[in-house]
Amino acid sequence: MQEYLQEPFHIFPGATSLLRVHNEAIRSSTQSPTPSESSRTNPDMNPQTVISARDLTKTYGDLTAVDNISFDVPAGESFGLLGPNGAGKSTTMKMIGGVSQRTSGSLNIMGLDPESHGPEVRAHLGVVPQQDNLDEELRVRENLIVYGRYFGLPLSYLRPKADELLEFAQLTDKANSKVDALSGGMKRRLTIARSLINEPRILLLDEPTTGLDPQARHILWDRLFRLKESGVTLILTTHYMDEAEQLCDRLIVVDKGRIMAEGSPANLIREHSSREVLELRFGSERNATIGVELQGIGERLETLPDRVLIYAHDGEAALEQVTSRGLRPMTSLVRRSSLEDVFLRLTGRSLVD
Amino acid sequence: MTDSPGKPLTTAAQPLRAHSPEVSAARARRWGSFFYAEQVLRVMRNYGWSVILYSVGQPVAYLFAMGVGLASLVDANSEAAFGGVSYLEFVAPALLVSAAVMTASGEFSYPIMDGFKWRRVFYGPHASPLIPQQIASGHIMASTVRFLLQSVVYFVVVALFGAAPGPWGWVSALVATVSALSFGLPLMAYAASITQDKGQFALVQRFIVMPLFLFSGTFFPLDTLPLAVRWIGWISPVWHGTELGRVFTYGMDQDPLLTITHVVFLLATAIIGWVLVRRQFVKRMGS
Repeated sequence: MQEYLQEPFHIFPGATSLLRVHNEAIRSSTQSPTPSESSRTNPDMNPQTVISARDLTKTYGDLTAVDNISFDVPAGESFGLLGPNGAGKSTTMKMIGGVSQRTSGSLNIMGLDPESHGPEVRAHLGVVPQQDNLDEELRVRENLIVYGRYFGLPLSYLRPKADELLEFAQLTDKANSKVDALSGGMKRRLTIARSLINEPRILLLDEPTTGLDPQARHILWDRLFRLKESGVTLILTTHYMDEAEQLCDRLIVVDKGRIMAEGSPANLIREHSSREVLELRFGSERNATIGVELQGIGERLETLPDRVLIYAHDGEAALEQVTSRGLRPMTSLVRRSSLEDVFLRLTGRSLVD
Repeated sequence: MTDSPGKPLTTAAQPLRAHSPEVSAARARRWGSFFYAEQVLRVMRNYGWSVILYSVGQPVAYLFAMGVGLASLVDANSEAAFGGVSYLEFVAPALLVSAAVMTASGEFSYPIMDGFKWRRVFYGPHASPLIPQQIASGHIMASTVRFLLQSVVYFVVVALFGAAPGPWGWVSALVATVSALSFGLPLMAYAASITQDKGQFALVQRFIVMPLFLFSGTFFPLDTLPLAVRWIGWISPVWHGTELGRVFTYGMDQDPLLTITHVVFLLATAIIGWVLVRRQFVKRMGS
């Protein structure tokens, strides 16, 4: 109990024992200390790379879904692919998961090529697909057990493990429910629990919170954050900038199959945007023409159909300049720069159309 | 959400540990088809009662209607037309094979579309160490278990009706199972190739399954049909299965070469179907 209360989040008690065990399993199965651990003890030490992509390309006929991308992911890192729908994120995930063959380039997961060693690579992974594909005809707990059987895991391991994971996913009460009876957020958590049945060291999450309400998203982020803390490498695709900022240590911004930028969320914002952003709305008809009158305020100006963005170190000061020119926006808002602004800067488009 | 921490299921001293990914991959490579078959059988268990009721109810209804009701008229006119056996004995092996084929037409059509498109259940195991060929084979193996169980139950009912006089009648349950695969696996390959549901399976039921059921020497010997439609029987797994079933159930007189042809036809179409299914699953899901 004492230990439980010491946890930073204690809305869900079962997570403590699960993470302790998961962490333990990861530590003991890694020959060297886990990179997250080693980087804590020795920040200069190069962590073990678990995923390495070089000039990865995937074409479907004339369409180039993934265009010559390269990246490395060290163990224990939470790595994100941020980009709009159709940017090539899911295709990249499928290639990592060994379920889609690349057109060219090289890919290495835990030292193995997923194309020639699909089962071996997938045995290392936990996969949360964009679309839930739970067995709706099986009950919640049975979904976990059946999935574990695909890894050849014995029932003596799977039965207690399924109970642990249900606790982790806050679904213990629903263990014997039909999957149909679960809400969208619950199904998502069950899918995540299912992906953990084999104690993977790498978890692939394709748009994990798309379609969920804000509360369900926050619960899910909390679960994922705990996994990250326990040393699991998270590979995450998202088109939500807040999700990327919350969960990713490092990310690549992807558009039209290409990497536009790479770095930590904070660094990307620092490199590609100002400290603050002033958002002004003058009404949809005036937004387009007001730009001329705003020239010279802030570092940069971006005109969108519904608002005008002024990038400035000090948003309040920029707003004062606007009003001092006699301009009266319908609404104004000063906020911190986000990854959305980075994306806008890099591509000229908004993340979610 | 729980209110108390509860008792941890494992302790640091005795952690619950999965075996290594290498072991998972090795086991999946070897036993993957069985792992997936287990899943399909677990799903089937959920509607086990309807499977059992269907397996028992269908033969009872058909044997009463055809074998007892219709037979009372047929037998009164001519027993010789059916090779010297009663109409019930003549029709029972055909009904057994037809029932298995009809079950196959269900098991290898909509569930395949469901796996690829509607609920996408095939993609769950595909993210595990299983490969598409194993998912296909697992589905086939589990379905085969269902056909076999259904056919055994059907045969027991046939025997209870007194329509299986010979000692080898039980082999007809195996024949029915192979017939189901002979018809079902090419259908499964076709189902795996469909990306848009435009009512194709309803057409298969109406324009393939029903004609095969009616024109495969099921209710009357095939050679009583005009040549213009007799070919339907020749390419029909129902006819080949039925003819074999009759040989085993009541020792129907048949040229051994023809018997071998029946066996070869059923096995060849099943094997070709299986190969096509595996190929189609790989094409659809990647390696």
